[in-house]
Amino acid sequence: MQRMRQFELRIQQTYRSGVMPGFIHLYVGEEAVAAGVCAHLSREDYVTSTHRGHGHALAKGVPVKEAFAEIWGKPTGVNGGRGGSMHIYDPSCGFLGTNGIVAAGIPIASGAAMAASLRGDGHVAVSFFGDGAVNNCAFHEGINLAAALMLPVVFVCENNLYATETPFHRVTRNTNVASRAAAYGIPGIGIDGNDVLEVHRVAGEAIARARAGEGPTLIECATYRPLGHFEGDPGTGYRPKEEIAEWKLRDPIDRLALAAMQAGLVAEAELRDIERQVEREIEEAYEFARLSPEADAATVTDFVYA
Amino acid sequence: MPEERNIQYVEASVEALQEEMRRDSSIFYIGQGIGQRGGNFKQSKGLWEEFGDRRVRDMPISELGQVGMGVGAAMAGARPVVDIVFLDMIMEAMGQIVEQAATIHYTSNGKFKVPLVVRAAMGSARCTGPHHSRCFYSWFAHIPGLKVVLPSSAADVKGLMKTAIRDDGPVIFIEHKFFYNKKGPVPTGEYAIPFGVANVCRKGKDVTILAMSLMVWHALEAAERLQKEGISVEVIDPRTIVPFDEQTLLESVRKTGRLLIVDEAQQFCGFSAEAAAVVSSKAFDSLDAPVSRLGALHTPHPFNPVLEAAMLPSVDGIVAEVRRLVAS
Repeated sequence: MQRMRQFELRIQQTYRSGVMPGFIHLYVGEEAVAAGVCAHLSREDYVTSTHRGHGHALAKGVPVKEAFAEIWGKPTGVNGGRGGSMHIYDPSCGFLGTNGIVAAGIPIASGAAMAASLRGDGHVAVSFFGDGAVNNCAFHEGINLAAALMLPVVFVCENNLYATETPFHRVTRNTNVASRAAAYGIPGIGIDGNDVLEVHRVAGEAIARARAGEGPTLIECATYRPLGHFEGDPGTGYRPKEEIAEWKLRDPIDRLALAAMQAGLVAEAELRDIERQVEREIEEAYEFARLSPEADAATVTDFVYA
Repeated sequence: MPEERNIQYVEASVEALQEEMRRDSSIFYIGQGIGQRGGNFKQSKGLWEEFGDRRVRDMPISELGQVGMGVGAAMAGARPVVDIVFLDMIMEAMGQIVEQAATIHYTSNGKFKVPLVVRAAMGSARCTGPHHSRCFYSWFAHIPGLKVVLPSSAADVKGLMKTAIRDDGPVIFIEHKFFYNKKGPVPTGEYAIPFGVANVCRKGKDVTILAMSLMVWHALEAAERLQKEGISVEVIDPRTIVPFDEQTLLESVRKTGRLLIVDEAQQFCGFSAEAAAVVSSKAFDSLDAPVSRLGALHTPHPFNPVLEAAMLPSVDGIVAEVRRLVAS
């Protein structure tokens, strides 16, 4: 979680300095979901992600340096800088992409699960998506197909209450995402997505079910993005200040740190050590990306056809 | 000459799938009604019996979901064939085809391949009306990353399907409903037809006709009639419009000096415009007349048989246009 948090804050800082092209959506505040779920996945398992996907990429094993350089559009990035923030792919760790199209990753995860199921290799797929995706037909079709075929896939909704700037309750009569699982005849579970231990426990059960051939599960993680929808959006015009303040008190990293210290599992000094260690790692990634050359225009037509 | 049999176009397509699925266990086939039923057009007959539910699977009517699954499975090492049945319904899946399947190899810097075949049947057959007749192939040709196949004979459908399945990228494989039950000679042995190699279906010296899919048949029929009038027509079927075999077309036009392009899809902004531009820019000096095009009128596809005939290119229309070209 520290790695995701500091990575995003360093990306934010770099972006604000004006050197980074494009636009970015930061995962700050939602780290418990990616951390709790991906802890159960091997490099051979699959993940599909979203436009807010840097955290998923890191949690699934995309190298920090190559992720930073990719978002910066550098040729040393994991995809040579050709994809950027919303098109990060890494077959070496089963990362099937962040995605600029809301909900598009859902059926893609079902397909990866189908390939794994045909091989019978015990691998699973996880699809992360936001509340904005659940009113899209790709959600319905992707989950229904996975359920009909009993595929080894887990659908993880990060419900942060807003699809871009639109409150979820304004665009649906049923804001209980987990309850929608009933429409597909699969288990649906709503949990506190800012409690990494709860995410870890529930995701572990769902992934174990998937691996055992017992079919898909839909998990709704209640979470929040304290920052704007994209970097540059203050995120305040459409949300009450009290709501933002209240959710900041439920920060997933602070909560885990406090719980671990209260349980006597870790001392504050050890936590500071972790922070500093991660800080160095992120700084190295930043320097790696900064010092990388610009892309060669002659490569523009590479990889159009396989 | 290799040994041949006369079999239906649809049977040839099934043979290709069957032989490839026997060869490669990573191939699976999904689509609505292609399981036990054997397909709306019998385009999967016998496959479910041989390969079972795991590799030949009926789908709900979820075009987007099916293609999305195809993309994910292809990224995860399988070789899916997704049958949309009627090409018209592919509109429901366009986001997955354009934004995902066609794009991922490029944006991943070549790290992911998407060996996906999306199969569908186009065109009018016995007044199939506005939602079961459309010929959307030019749309896909416009998208970088997609290959677009339009087989016009039983032998071609088999050889091109094999190449499509073996291709490491997404292929839009568009058959014509009118052909499915028509018979044609198909070699008995193993063969595959490479993409980007046009077929000179008929040799001629006065006029070149470039035609795709059913229009190849119309062009050949027109050429037969024109032969009786002493007009010698060369008919070229590109077989794949992406990749497009420019060379064969240019060589033919340099010989004949006249070109007619026949296109069952809407002419406006269609593939015929691209082919005309290629010839105009690369063989202008060889042209004895402006490049001519016959395509569908710019209307939705009408149900009424009289209106439909008025909307589509016909054999009579081709004959008249060739006469005009030769006279000019």
